[in-house]
Amino acid sequence: MSDVNRRRFLEGTAGLATLGTGALWAPDASAQAPAYKPEKGAKLRVLRWSRFVQGDIDAYMVNVKRFTEKTGIEVRVDNEGWEDVRPKAAVAANTGAGPDIILSTNDDANLYPDKLLDVTDLCEYLGRKYGGWYPACEAYLRPDGKKWIGVALGATGSLVVYRESLVKAAGFDSFPKDTDGFLKLYKALAAKGTPGGMALGNATGDSGWCHWLLWAFGGAIVDKDNKVTLDSPATLKALEYAKELYASFVPGTLSWLDPNNNKAFLDGQISITNNGISIYYAAKNSADPKVKELAADINHAAFPIGPVGVPTEYHLFFNQMIFKYTKYPQAAKEFLRFMMEQEQFDPWLQGAGGYVAQPLRAYEKNAVWTVDPKHTPYRDSVKNLRPAGYAGRLGYASAGALADFIVPNMVAEAGSGSKTPKEAMERAQKRAERYYKV
Amino acid sequence: MKLLQRLQNSRNALGLAFMLPAAVLLLLFLTYPLGLGTWLGFTDAKVGRGGAWIGLENFEFLVGDSVARLALFNTLFYTVIASIAKFVLGLWLALLLNKNLPFKSFFRAVVLLPWIVPTALSAIAFWWIYDAQFSIVSWVLVKLGLVDRYVDFLGNPWNARLSTIVANVWRGVPFVAISLLAGLQTISPSYYEASAIDGATPWQQFRHVTLPLLSPIIAVVMTFSVLFTFTDFQLIYVLTRGGPLNSTHLMATLAFQRAIPGGALGEGAALATLMVPFLLAAIMFSYFGLQRRAWQQGGDK
Repeated sequence: MSDVNRRRFLEGTAGLATLGTGALWAPDASAQAPAYKPEKGAKLRVLRWSRFVQGDIDAYMVNVKRFTEKTGIEVRVDNEGWEDVRPKAAVAANTGAGPDIILSTNDDANLYPDKLLDVTDLCEYLGRKYGGWYPACEAYLRPDGKKWIGVALGATGSLVVYRESLVKAAGFDSFPKDTDGFLKLYKALAAKGTPGGMALGNATGDSGWCHWLLWAFGGAIVDKDNKVTLDSPATLKALEYAKELYASFVPGTLSWLDPNNNKAFLDGQISITNNGISIYYAAKNSADPKVKELAADINHAAFPIGPVGVPTEYHLFFNQMIFKYTKYPQAAKEFLRFMMEQEQFDPWLQGAGGYVAQPLRAYEKNAVWTVDPKHTPYRDSVKNLRPAGYAGRLGYASAGALADFIVPNMVAEAGSGSKTPKEAMERAQKRAERYYKV
Repeated sequence: MKLLQRLQNSRNALGLAFMLPAAVLLLLFLTYPLGLGTWLGFTDAKVGRGGAWIGLENFEFLVGDSVARLALFNTLFYTVIASIAKFVLGLWLALLLNKNLPFKSFFRAVVLLPWIVPTALSAIAFWWIYDAQFSIVSWVLVKLGLVDRYVDFLGNPWNARLSTIVANVWRGVPFVAISLLAGLQTISPSYYEASAIDGATPWQQFRHVTLPLLSPIIAVVMTFSVLFTFTDFQLIYVLTRGGPLNSTHLMATLAFQRAIPGGALGEGAALATLMVPFLLAAIMFSYFGLQRRAWQQGGDK
């Protein structure tokens, strides 16, 4: 499909979407699947992140088995913790040897775009068939607006997780939709003696809410031209807000890493935090009846919208990369195509139990989002997602700035009062400038 | 054939041949990675992209980087305090274990436990001990009425520094204690008997017999201890990941964070290379400072 056609197509889909007729999306059967011809004797090695929920792996492996049965291509799947996939993928890219396909996170593909197989034909086909990709997928995996360097897999939403009864007791009948109401809620919960908290330590996943906060007030690390814009009135407003928010946090959040809020929430020590669906999942499947009871009281909400007026959520994004060194590029593409088709992707989304949100609009209809109304908020995680290097180009600078916790550190410094918001902001500006100078 | 026979009879040739495997292993797995790491420190290599030589640029960058400077301070603080604590506690423990206690070998074995447990495992134990919500220490203190709220062990920069040092000391003491105990047992009892006859007090015995005779061992043990502490990684990585506010980032953890998750391989390598001068200094100090007491072995200094 030519670029012009694609654009017209996207305009069309956007028009339909504004009509609010999401249910119109049905797989477009007329979309012609690219005819990949897997190489003779092809064998594939896949390295993927694991494991937030067992159902994800189980459903994934069922699909892999079906692929092998159908094509005769043997597929070996290795699992690693998601933070370990990143260096392994980098080494594979660096040395030109390793798994044929790697499922990785965030802007990994933007670190070595020239080592990745062009999957434009596959992505255009999938986009056409399944109602189009969300903008975040293109931001991550189609950096030049033309060539796809990977196939989006989805994102695991990090949303607000709260105790319904406690929020009600604090005087809120519905969950606040804007940042002002959100702050009031936190304050009210703290006043009731049932405070909440979000991670402010060097937590790779759960400190992502700091990015939401910065964006919600109109701040960003960089502008479109990768010029650092942290030192701005918008950032200052976000940090003043963080200071008030932090004052209502449970003590100890500065030391929190990824698992702390899960533990504290499941123990009933906090009333509200940010997390994937895993807290709910753990509570529901707990052998402890007291924890199981908690599940009924848990609910989820999207992050409130700030003065900028649009959702500014940060979630962990998942990609699928085929490396150029693979001996079986056709088989690898066929594998990804197979896994993304409805017959496989639908059961997989369900297996993941709402932990992963789809990258393609048509999958909004997946039953996992309606089987339990508490799942629904996670449905739009990719839709509302902003890449971590917003609003600039993704690459080494954005990856470095993210890995160095510049934004979470800034929010932590200003929030805890160890620095004034202005000092914290200026320091973050300097730190970010070092990454973006090249 | 003749040459082969001659080689087989030559001590030098055989010596070389026997040393070859060890030399190859050392070169391949020690010298080469170290050299490569140092070289990378002078390049702008990124993960997934080979680097070009950029001279001292990485080092200039790091000198001006507030987080890297903080990491250097943290590392020095961590190493100095933890090493002193480990030495004092280790020596004390060794002296105790050197006495004739009941169940002597049992106690000696038990003391080694913290050292045997994998670091990551003991770090997780400490992580629970220091947890902001579930800390057993805080719980006990609150129940005893000594504090009215949970201690923020890892949430306050100075608390976090001291907490990680305590965990490191707990882990490192057995190594120092057992090694010094071995040293203590090599000191002939006749020195103590002779000094006792001369009317020496226990302190004088310790000061003028034990300490001088133990100093070569101390030098070796403390060199190792300082090296282990300076290059510590796992403990920090599990407990804090360098937080809060980077107050516990050591050079090793920061180097990893910059190089692998951050993708700046060259910069991370430069940071790691910056550790080498400090490590060399530590070795030199123990070599020249403590080994000078060679007169005890018959030298004439």
